[in-house]
Amino acid sequence: MPDARTAAAETSSDGGPSAAERFLNGILPENPTYRQMLGMCPTLAITNGMRSAMTMAGAVLFVLVCANVMVSLIRGLLKPHLRILVFTLTIAAFVTIVDRLLAAYMYAMSKQLGPYVPLIIVNCIIISRCEVCAAKQSVPTAIADAVGQSLGFALGLASIATVREILGAGTWFGLPVLPAAWPAWVIMVLPPGAFITLGLLMGGVNWFLARRQTARG
Amino acid sequence: MRNNYIAQAWLVIVLGLVFGGALAGVQAALSDRIAQNKLEEALSQIPALVPGATKEASTEVEVGGARVFRAGAASGQLGWVIPCGRQGFGDRIELLVGVDRGVERITGLYVLEQKETPGLGNKIADARLFRNQFAGKTATRYLVVTKQGAKTDYEIDAITGATISSMAVCGIVNETLGRLRAELLAALPKE
Repeated sequence: MPDARTAAAETSSDGGPSAAERFLNGILPENPTYRQMLGMCPTLAITNGMRSAMTMAGAVLFVLVCANVMVSLIRGLLKPHLRILVFTLTIAAFVTIVDRLLAAYMYAMSKQLGPYVPLIIVNCIIISRCEVCAAKQSVPTAIADAVGQSLGFALGLASIATVREILGAGTWFGLPVLPAAWPAWVIMVLPPGAFITLGLLMGGVNWFLARRQTARG
Repeated sequence: MRNNYIAQAWLVIVLGLVFGGALAGVQAALSDRIAQNKLEEALSQIPALVPGATKEASTEVEVGGARVFRAGAASGQLGWVIPCGRQGFGDRIELLVGVDRGVERITGLYVLEQKETPGLGNKIADARLFRNQFAGKTATRYLVVTKQGAKTDYEIDAITGATISSMAVCGIVNETLGRLRAELLAALPKE
């Protein structure tokens, strides 16, 4: 049993994990927000409401799947010293497409997300998946990896956005969930609220994992 | 020959050309729609900014080097809607200011874009708390922000805790009307 678990956690072994392992790893065991601590800029900046958080998660899903597919297709042609350049070029192209699509079909949301859509280009989650998985493994595995990691990222964003939006505005996805008498904690939708929430949730996750580990002995 | 620059970098060059072409295609396909979204947002506010005006009877024109809207109805032009903006407390504030035909009264104000402090400065976008008070104020002299309660038609009540945001909005209105007033009057259709 421990052997299977170690194999699933091993990311750089020859041959690499299977598509199913890649997919599941991204969601919880290697959660981008809580376990890898990647993509912190959007995590802190756009989690003051569920709508913007989920739009960001959708944009990251699209970019990550496209970039992973593209990189996996050309993985045989990559020169080691030029690979990061190729990754960045690929990611930048897809991010620009997302940015234009949002401006054309979700104009209000595009205004709300502002510079954070173009900033997906420098989101470490995407470049790390290109490097760790797509540059070494087949297209189906790269897609499974991209979807798994994106779901993990969406989960991370959703957990923080839920706490911040409910406490800070008394709403969830813009729908009122707390009585109107709730004195909205404005600090929760401001930047300090992002740091406080992320810190507490991260602490909670670490505490839970440490406890589980001790219990298993 | 395997080590020359082209052999090293051909993939980057090819990808650059392919992606460049793809982006040009996306831009060509979507740019009209994006411009339309921006125009639509401004046009949809016109009925609220100039009483009686309709979206259909309003047009975008250039006056004094600025893009403005002639706000009209079937009966003719009723007023102007002027997009304008300047740095606020947090970031640039973008406004639409509605004035009557003769640029004597402000008829409405709308905040297109602002990134002022949530809970304080972002109240400038709130109709009831702040921006409704502009309707009916004078357009012939500079507006003044007051903390003592507005009593005259040139005083604007500041938002508590957001004096700078309040003053920035008034400053934009003052500057824009001062700059464009004469040009707007000159551009009125002759009766």
